[in-house]
Amino acid sequence: MAQPEPDIVVLIPRLRRYARALTANADLADDLVQDCLARGLSKMHLWRRGTDLRAWLFTIMHNLNVNNARRNRIRPDNQAEPDWRSGSQPAGQDEVVELRSIVTALRQLPEEQRAVVVLVGIEEMSYREAADILAIPVGTVMSRLARGRERLRQLTGQGDRRGATGP
Amino acid sequence: MTAPELVTSEDINAYVDGELPDERRAEVVAWIAANSDAASTVAAYRAQRQALKDALEPILREPVPARLLAATQRQRRPFQNWARQAAAAVLLLAIGSGAGWYAANQRRPVAPTAEERGFGERAAVAHFVYAPEVRHPVEVTADDQAHLVAWLSKRLGTKLKAPVLVPAGFELVGGRLLPDAHSPAAQFMYQDAQGRRITLYVRVDDAHISETAFRWIKEGQVEVCFWMDGTVGYALAGELERKDIYRLAKLVYQQING
Repeated sequence: MAQPEPDIVVLIPRLRRYARALTANADLADDLVQDCLARGLSKMHLWRRGTDLRAWLFTIMHNLNVNNARRNRIRPDNQAEPDWRSGSQPAGQDEVVELRSIVTALRQLPEEQRAVVVLVGIEEMSYREAADILAIPVGTVMSRLARGRERLRQLTGQGDRRGATGP
Repeated sequence: MTAPELVTSEDINAYVDGELPDERRAEVVAWIAANSDAASTVAAYRAQRQALKDALEPILREPVPARLLAATQRQRRPFQNWARQAAAAVLLLAIGSGAGWYAANQRRPVAPTAEERGFGERAAVAHFVYAPEVRHPVEVTADDQAHLVAWLSKRLGTKLKAPVLVPAGFELVGGRLLPDAHSPAAQFMYQDAQGRRITLYVRVDDAHISETAFRWIKEGQVEVCFWMDGTVGYALAGELERKDIYRLAKLVYQQING
């Protein structure tokens, strides 16, 4: 029996989450997902069956995002309101403040650090997978992750590490 | 490479992410155990990792926008082009014969309000997302039906039934818990001998009780028939012809009210 066609639809929620972590605005994030789906489908013949379809789509999304940022000279960090969560309202107000602050802090990271923090921390990819998606060496993943996490820690006021510097 | 006694921030991160090579691990663990700064860094990074996941996790539960589903339509199975043409042909036929079954429908179809449409659309998206799933179509399988129904009843706060659709050729696969707009929803999945799947989406919402009447929407190829029964909303979705969904919806309705 032929292997069942992996359905891209079930990957959409994860693509949306990654896009939303990369770009502050929910509509722009969905634009990115839509472009990614269109690009992915048009290049479906290049995807090697048996390899991780999600990683492949993430690579496409990453490249699109880099190109968009370059073309539009839009720094996602500068979006006024982090509209990271359309619709639903969580129960407690305190929770909202806390959750927003970590996401707001994430947006203040340089793009290259943010991508690594998200791929490893949220998408639970290995350093190797993250390196492949971003087309950088594993050592670079590690140094960006170390800088990104430390910066996030400072931004969320969890206390500085001795010797750590920040603006 | 780093000198053996030096533990870097990269090592601390690798420890947090479970990426330390075995030969380095003992050394780093010993360093963390002996160094309170390192230990608090590990704790902070772990908390940060978890906080980020918690913050972004709700996005996974949001209904997938229709435009993104539409963007994947080209990719869906090759027979779909054929199916679309066939559906168009059937529609032409249905214009002739359709009046018949509409007339037979005593509870006449009513145009849905925006609020009701939203409910139907969420049922369609839940169908889109889970019906094609090969490995994990349901959270609890039909083998454990008593537990499935008891669990979903408890979470929705009402006594649910998993209707029996065997007379129409569909067997229960199982079910899962999902978020609706303001409350939990349950999804029961059924499959026929040809592997076609339909889903019954159920939620409780005492905010808007309307008259019991079948409403319809169509998202892509998915027909959704939905109705309210007291405080409980039901939506039956599937890539079938409307008259087939209608026949199944009647079966569901009769069993719930029987």
